[in-house]
Amino acid sequence: MGAYVIRRILYAVPVILGVLVLIFLLFFVYAGGAQNIARQVLGEKVRKEAIEEWIAAKGLDKPLWYNPRASGLGRFEETLFYAHMHDMLTLNFGKSWRDGDDILEKILRRAPASLSVAVPTFLAGLGASVFFSLYLAFVRETWIDRFGTVTCVAMMSLSILIYIIAGQALFAIVLRWFPVSGYRPLPLGGRFIALPVLVGTLAGLGGAIRFGRTIMLEEISREYVRAARARGLSESRILGIHVLKNAMIPLLTSAVLSLPLLILGSLLIENFYGIPGLGSMGIEAIQANDFMELRALTFITAVLYQIGLILTDISYTLVDPRLRLR
Amino acid sequence: MKALFSNPFLLDSVRSMAEVAVVVAALLFGTVRVLRHPVGRGRLKQIFSSRGARVSFGVLLFFLLIALLDSIRLPVYEIRAGERRIVKTETLLEKLYHPAREETLSAPLATVTLEGYRSRPLKGRHILGTDLNGNDVLLQALKGVRTALIIGGLTVVIVIPLGILFGVLAGYFGGRVDDLITYVFSTIESVPEILLLICLMKLMGQGLTQLCIAMGITTWVGLCRVVRGETLKLRELPFVQAARALGAGAFSILRRHIIPNVMHIVLITAILRFSGLVLSEAILSYLGIGVEPGTGSWGAMIDQARNDLARDPVVWWSVTAAGTMLFILILAANVFGDRVRDVLDPRLQGRRV
Repeated sequence: MGAYVIRRILYAVPVILGVLVLIFLLFFVYAGGAQNIARQVLGEKVRKEAIEEWIAAKGLDKPLWYNPRASGLGRFEETLFYAHMHDMLTLNFGKSWRDGDDILEKILRRAPASLSVAVPTFLAGLGASVFFSLYLAFVRETWIDRFGTVTCVAMMSLSILIYIIAGQALFAIVLRWFPVSGYRPLPLGGRFIALPVLVGTLAGLGGAIRFGRTIMLEEISREYVRAARARGLSESRILGIHVLKNAMIPLLTSAVLSLPLLILGSLLIENFYGIPGLGSMGIEAIQANDFMELRALTFITAVLYQIGLILTDISYTLVDPRLRLR
Repeated sequence: MKALFSNPFLLDSVRSMAEVAVVVAALLFGTVRVLRHPVGRGRLKQIFSSRGARVSFGVLLFFLLIALLDSIRLPVYEIRAGERRIVKTETLLEKLYHPAREETLSAPLATVTLEGYRSRPLKGRHILGTDLNGNDVLLQALKGVRTALIIGGLTVVIVIPLGILFGVLAGYFGGRVDDLITYVFSTIESVPEILLLICLMKLMGQGLTQLCIAMGITTWVGLCRVVRGETLKLRELPFVQAARALGAGAFSILRRHIIPNVMHIVLITAILRFSGLVLSEAILSYLGIGVEPGTGSWGAMIDQARNDLARDPVVWWSVTAAGTMLFILILAANVFGDRVRDVLDPRLQGRRV
């Protein structure tokens, strides 16, 4: 088991390095050099000296890959590429371009707000999709099933933008159940978090239920279900225990694979509902052309995604010992 | 003639037609290929035997028609100092439906503007009202159709050959080639799609072409993964083994045996992917990094109307119009895509899902 975990983690290392190179290619090579970046951040009408000064202050005045002016290993170390890889791998994300704050500190400061929305959304989404897909599988081939499936497709077809806007209009403005927007830290701020969680859960529910239902139906057609029926077990017991256990692997995978979707949701939801988390930090970084913050956020989400994948792989092996041998 | 080609308006209209022409040509090419094959005809008949598929296909065709009308640009002449000059171009859609431009917001079918207490009379009635800049909301919603279809269609057309090529190469040859391709797509995949799109759009700047390229970069990955998986399975099947034993070269096996047999998966993935692309475009335009200002886009409409939602009375018509159009298009694409999948996916054969 330990060997498997280590091997699985080692698989993720080249991917993380690849992501770093990809980010470098995007933000430094494709962006067209320091001059271009400075113009994008400072605007077109800035004096040449101010731009040079800015470039020097941000440490962008080095060559990309190879520094002919340095000697020895410095030829490779005194480059933007080396600085980028070194900073990212040591979690030294540098200072924000828009307000000069340390980015890592900023991320850590803002993470709790994001987590207090993302974790309940993830759990509620998983719970609701498992419950409803089991129910639809239980009542399969009836009008409830057909109605449920049609509703799911309709829910999938609504843009998340509509969920956010309509959710606020309905639950906060018309029904006045929740505050329109805003945030307080958790013990007190439950009512501020409730609406974003509700909207985030609803937005992902259609696709998740439909996928879950397909998985459940696939499981129902297997031999062990027929055997369980032959033993005289009740249908609800078969579905609730036997089928559910076997369906959990694909369901968990899809839940983890939908994590990026959660990030997307949190970008828009946090921004719209005024939650000072990482999502709204991302939006602010986009609007301020703050490549340093975007770079750090992209890297962190990629790392988190890899961690999520590793955790699911490990949880498979806990559920299904055969997988450990591969 | 030379004067014609140096005319920026003309260039504009040629480009706008070319963008749609690529999508339509690809659709026609695909349809002809399917129709010429007896199995394809049977499957097509099977797809259209469901009412949902017929209705949703009709909706998609209707949207395509609007997009076509909105792509044909005609010059608008003005006689100034005795000389006929092109001042701007107008699409056929705008010629057919040309509501008056108002000064500011007005409610659907209202006769006066909404702005404050000084209500001014409107020049005409607007079925869906007007937005803050006085533009007719219905016209804007219709103009969003073209953007959405091009984003979805053009990207899919760009991505399909790439996805097939790399997927088939990785799956068939295995070894180093497979390692490299798998590595590239798992790297791209591990950056959340929306963040990668945001970064790409931030760097490339706004625009329809840029959006298609950015979405192409994030979309080929999924297609490639699916095609690779299917090729891995096909490679071991007897008919491929037999072809190899008979001495067929790798590329002729790929062309004659592998690629035709992954096409159904490609088709399913592409159609189901289409709606994701349209939704992403709306989000990026909402964030202000999608299409250029002035190009019709539902995301941009929602973004503009967002602040007006807090007004009293609530300005709901822009968001509702954009949201409804988006919903209808995505719903039609989803229903049609599901039907295509149900018919073409061999794993689903013989049972209703």
